[in-house]
Amino acid sequence: MVSDKVTLAHGAGGKMSQELMEEVILPAYGNPLLAEMHDGAQVQMGGQVAFTTDSYVVQPLFFAGGNIGKLAVCGTVNDLAMTGAIPRYISAGLIIEEGFPVKELKEILATMRQMADEAGIYIVTGDTKVVEKGKADGIFINTAGIGDVIRGTHISPKNVKPGMKVILSGYIGDHAAAILAGRHGLTLPDTVKTDCAPLCHMTRAMLEVAPDIAVLRDPTRGGVAAVLNEIAVASDCGILIDEDALPIHEEVQGVCDILGFDPLYLANEGKCVAFVPAEKAEEVLAVMQANKYGRDARIIGEVTETAKGQVGLRTAIGGIRVVDMPLGNLVPRIC
Amino acid sequence: MDKQEERELAARLVSEIKALAEKTGRKLRFMEVCGTHTVAIFRAGIRQLLPDNVELVSGPGCPVCVTPDDYMDKAIAYALHPDVIITTFGDMLKVPGTRSSLSEAKTNGADIRIVYSPLDSIQIAKDNPDKKVVFLAVGFETTAPTAAATVLAAEQQGVNNLFMLSAQKLVPPVMEVLLNDEQVHVDGFILPGHVSVVTGTGIYEPIVQKYHVPGVVTGFEPLQILRALYRLVKQVAAGEARVENEYEEVVRPEGNPVSQRITDTVYEAADTGWRGMGIVPLSGLKMRSEYAAFDIEQVMPLPEGELPPAKKTACRCGEVLRGIVTPQDCPLFGKACVPTHAIGPCMVSVEGVCAAWFKYGQGRFEYGK
Amino acid sequence: MCLAVPAKVLEIDNAIGKVEISGVSREVSMMLLPEAKPGDFVLVHAGFAMQIVDEKDAEETNALLAEMKGAPRTVGAIEESVSNG
Repeated sequence: MVSDKVTLAHGAGGKMSQELMEEVILPAYGNPLLAEMHDGAQVQMGGQVAFTTDSYVVQPLFFAGGNIGKLAVCGTVNDLAMTGAIPRYISAGLIIEEGFPVKELKEILATMRQMADEAGIYIVTGDTKVVEKGKADGIFINTAGIGDVIRGTHISPKNVKPGMKVILSGYIGDHAAAILAGRHGLTLPDTVKTDCAPLCHMTRAMLEVAPDIAVLRDPTRGGVAAVLNEIAVASDCGILIDEDALPIHEEVQGVCDILGFDPLYLANEGKCVAFVPAEKAEEVLAVMQANKYGRDARIIGEVTETAKGQVGLRTAIGGIRVVDMPLGNLVPRIC
Repeated sequence: MDKQEERELAARLVSEIKALAEKTGRKLRFMEVCGTHTVAIFRAGIRQLLPDNVELVSGPGCPVCVTPDDYMDKAIAYALHPDVIITTFGDMLKVPGTRSSLSEAKTNGADIRIVYSPLDSIQIAKDNPDKKVVFLAVGFETTAPTAAATVLAAEQQGVNNLFMLSAQKLVPPVMEVLLNDEQVHVDGFILPGHVSVVTGTGIYEPIVQKYHVPGVVTGFEPLQILRALYRLVKQVAAGEARVENEYEEVVRPEGNPVSQRITDTVYEAADTGWRGMGIVPLSGLKMRSEYAAFDIEQVMPLPEGELPPAKKTACRCGEVLRGIVTPQDCPLFGKACVPTHAIGPCMVSVEGVCAAWFKYGQGRFEYGK
Repeated sequence: MCLAVPAKVLEIDNAIGKVEISGVSREVSMMLLPEAKPGDFVLVHAGFAMQIVDEKDAEETNALLAEMKGAPRTVGAIEESVSNG
C-alpha cells in the first residue's frame, strides 16, 4: 500500500514506484493506450501534426476554481488548439517534492483526467520523479501534446490583414486575479475563479465556419497586451482596440485598482483572441457564444493599416494611448 | 453619468480649455506634481486630447524617482546583512543604486519581501524574532502616516525587531524650489489629490500667493484631471491665482488631523536630498529621537566604507524631474535606458516620467503618428 | 504618487476594518480614521483607511456645464446639440 506521503523511494524505480504507478497514477489516467505500459506510446495520426510542450510551477498549487493539474492539461490542450489543431494525446511528467501528500496528488491527477476527458484526449505516457525536500515546491508538472492540424486552416500572424476584426472570447484577468488576491491578503467572492478551461471544441467550431481565421492565441502570461503586441509586430499591422469593449469583471478591476495592475496585462488560462476576416466576424462570434467558454465573446477592435507594429487603445474619454509590451513580473505598488 | 455622457463632457471641457487658452495668447504650461497623475494622464490619453497651446509637464512626484542613489545604496547594504529582512513596496525593487538594485540583491540571496501595507511588516517581524525587519519608508505626505502608525503599532505590541529606513518627502518645499528655478516655467499646478487628503488644501496657499501661480487639487479620473485643467486655464485667463479643490469628496480644507498628528509624533521635518535637486531644506522627514529605537540608521549604523562612492552618468533624471527637459532630450532615453535595463529611476518606476513616456507611446503620444 | 481606492466599510473590530472594494474584501487599519463607521465609504492607501468619501453631488456636473460659457443646462441637452449637429 502507498503511504500518505510521497517518499524518495516512490521515485527510485523499484517496488514502491510500481505501487505508486499502479495504485495512484494508472487509475487516474486510465486509458487503453497507457495500459500497454511500454516505454512510450504508439499512436495513429492523420496528416499534419501539431506538437507542443509546457511546464507548470504555479503557486499556490490549489486555487479558486482549479489546481496545477487543471492548468497542465488545459495549457497544453489550448496551445495545440491555438495552432489550429485538434488535440489528441498528451504526456505528463511529474516532479514531486518528498513528503508531498498522496491525497493532494490524487486530487491533482483526478483533475487532469477530468480535463483530458472534457478535451477528448488521452494521457498516453508519463514520468514521475521524486526529489528531496526543498528541491521542488510541492509538485511541478510538464505536459507535451500532439494534435491533428485541421485541414484547410493556416494559422499565421503573416495572414493578419488590415480590416480584420479582433475577437476576445470573454472576461479577462480572472485567473491572475484569483491567484494574486490570495498572495496579497485580498478575499474574492466565490464567483471569481480561474477561467482555466480546454478551448479546443470552441476553436474547432470557429475554424469550421471560418477556416481563414488568421490567428488564434491564448492570452496567458503577459495577458491580452502581450498577444496583441506580438501579432502587431509579426504582421506589420496596427491594432486598435476599444477600452469600453473589454469585458472585465468588477472584482478583477477592483484587484487591479488596489494593487496597481492593468487588466490587459493579467494572465488568462481559458481565453482566446482571434483575428478574423471582417465578413466572417459575426458568424465566428455566433459559434463562440454558443460554446460555454465563449458566451461573453465580443469584438474588441480591429487591424489597421496605419500604426504598423503598434497597439492602440481608445480610452473611455476618447483619447488613444499606446498599449506596450508587458515588462517582467507584476508586483503591487503604492505609487 | 454613462460613458457616452462622460465622453461628451470631456469633449466639452477640452473645447473650453482650448478657447480660454487661446485668449491668453500664449502657450500654457501646467505641471502635475504627482506620479499617479502622470500615469493617469498617459493612460487616459489626455495629452492627445489637449490643444497645442496647453502643455503638460511632470514634476518630482514619484517617490521612487526622487529617492537619491545613496538611499538605495543604504537599503541594499542593509539587505545584504544576513540577519536583516527588508520589507518594501514593490515600486522600490528595481530602482538602481550606485552599483546594483534590491532586485539584484534578492537574486544574490538577500531576504526582501514585497508588502502592500507597512503594517504587514509587523507580522513578518513577529514571525522572525531572530531577524531585524527593516521597512523602506519612502513616500510623500500620504504614506508617511502609514509608516508612523506602523511604528506606533509595533511599539504598542512590544515588537522590538521592526525598524524604518526613512526617506519620506514633503511636497510644498520642492514646489518652491521649482518656482525659484529660472529654468523651470510653470503656469499652474495640478496639485496631488492623495497628499492633500492628509495635509488639506491650506499648505499650498502661501506658495500660490507668494508666486502668483494657480493650483487645483484633483483626483485621478480622466474627467477630474480635465476639470482641474479647465480651472487652471480659467484662472490664468482671468489673471488669478488661487487654490481650488476639485476633489472635495475626499479632500477637506483641514486634511486628516489624526494622520497629521501621528506623523508628527514619530517624525520631524529635516533637510533631505532629492535626486537632481540636491539637499532641499526641511523637505523631508526624519524620525524623532524618542523613536530612535525604531530607526535602523541609529540602531545599526552602516560602517564607513560599506557604501559605494557616488558615480557620474549621462542620465538627466534630475532635469526631467524639474520639467526642464523631456525624456527625449536625454541621450540615454530609449537607447541605453529602457524599462528592462533602466539606468535612471525615472525609467524604473511605473510612475516615472521616462517610464510613462516609454510605456504609453515611447514619446510618440499619438497612435499611428 | 499614491494609489488609493474607495472602499465600503463592512465591519470594524478593534481598529481593524473589513472593507470591500468592487466586491473584493480586505482588512485595513482604521487607526488613521477613527471616526469611520460601518457603511461609510473610505479611501484606502497602503492598507490604511485615510478619509471618508463624501457622495458626489450630481448637481455639481450640471453646475460645471452651466458655468462653461454658452453651455446647455443639462448633459441631455448637450447630446441633443451634438446629435443635431
